[in-house]
Amino acid sequence: MNWKHSGCAVVAGLTLAVVTAFAAQVMNVQVKEGQVRSTPSFVGKIVGKAGYGQSVNVLEQRGDWSQVSFAGVGGWMHASALTSADLDLQSGSGAPSSVSGQEMALAGKGFNSQVEKEYRQSHGGDFAGVDRMERNTVPTETLMAFLKDGGVKPQGGAQ
Amino acid sequence: MKLRTSAMLILGAALLVIVGCKEAEILGGIAQGLGGPVGGYAESAVKGGVAVAKSMEDFTPEQEYYIGRAVTASLLTTYRPLNDQAANDYVNRLGQSLALFSDLPLTYGGYHFQIVDSNEINAFAAPGGLILVTRGLIRCCPDETALAAVLAHEIAHVQNKDALRAISKSRVTQALGVIGGETVKHLAGAELAELTGIFADSVGDVMTTMVNNGYSRSYEHQADQGAVTILTRAGYDPAGLAVMLRTMQTRLTPGGSDFASTHPAPADRLEKLVQIGQRTPSAEPASRAARFKRALASL
Repeated sequence: MNWKHSGCAVVAGLTLAVVTAFAAQVMNVQVKEGQVRSTPSFVGKIVGKAGYGQSVNVLEQRGDWSQVSFAGVGGWMHASALTSADLDLQSGSGAPSSVSGQEMALAGKGFNSQVEKEYRQSHGGDFAGVDRMERNTVPTETLMAFLKDGGVKPQGGAQ
Repeated sequence: MKLRTSAMLILGAALLVIVGCKEAEILGGIAQGLGGPVGGYAESAVKGGVAVAKSMEDFTPEQEYYIGRAVTASLLTTYRPLNDQAANDYVNRLGQSLALFSDLPLTYGGYHFQIVDSNEINAFAAPGGLILVTRGLIRCCPDETALAAVLAHEIAHVQNKDALRAISKSRVTQALGVIGGETVKHLAGAELAELTGIFADSVGDVMTTMVNNGYSRSYEHQADQGAVTILTRAGYDPAGLAVMLRTMQTRLTPGGSDFASTHPAPADRLEKLVQIGQRTPSAEPASRAARFKRALASL
């Protein structure tokens, strides 16, 4: 029992240290449309969205989930949606007329929609097929129901 | 993360000391060959502390996404999409469910799956999560558990960024030279043409590896191990991977242009999957077996 209590105390202390270490760390959203959830889980209710490049304050980390706040929105985002790296966004100034202002404002430097447009003109490719693929996005609730209906019982990871 | 960045900067600085002058000459030479802004190109790359491309991590998730889109667009001109809504919806539900249990559940544009109309036994995982599976490979799967193993293997390639690793380091260095230019606010004229050329070459590198040469055996074995982890976390019996590999072994034509030419032999892969061994997966619930049959009946 003593060992157990000591172990719990150590774990609690470490958890506190980790939480403290992450207090108010600023990170950037690295997915096109990040979902902010009410609880640290893929089944948590979506309470907000954060676009690519959005800076968020990370208040706490719990497993693979980070508690974030930005622009009056608060909730949990999965760690794979966030990065501490500078995403090197465009300034958006003087964008050529071939790419919409909004696209340019959201685009990072380098391989982006502007480069894809140039590439398509010279190399072609079935980009309409790719767009159709991308439209097939299944809500997380439906995915969880799909597993349940098939008698699949998750053992870990996304809970 | 900050420590890692510092370590990378130190490594970058060390590399600069070792190869900085030579690399600047090479960069200048490349720029001259491409007709780019010679001095500025080489200078900005060195000034920015980017003398040598470190790894595929030099690409942001957004850049990875655009490479993946172009690779997939190119593949879809040879491997035409199978227009079967029910079958594609089913594969997306299964694949996107599994992706949630990977080490990289979220990518810039998300995971999306498409069945392609080919009798070849093949699958392609483009950077960022666009995954194509042939009708021929799906036919190798006797049930949903086996198909889950196929999709989990491809998801593992995405999480391991194997396709990005196919891009030659020199191209990454070239791209960073243009992207890292201190005066670049938006791309225009020569810079845009140059970057598009590097982009096209990068897409070509990925295509050559995925379609012609295949990944290294170690990447394939890592993807199999990744698949076992994903399947176990999601709640599918990882022995489904062994079932699929054994079926493949009987159907692959030695010397063929599909999986046979780009993957280690199924027997070799099975040998490495010691934790699965020769075990037969437990029988699937009736509801799972029924939906698999119903969705893929036309294949």
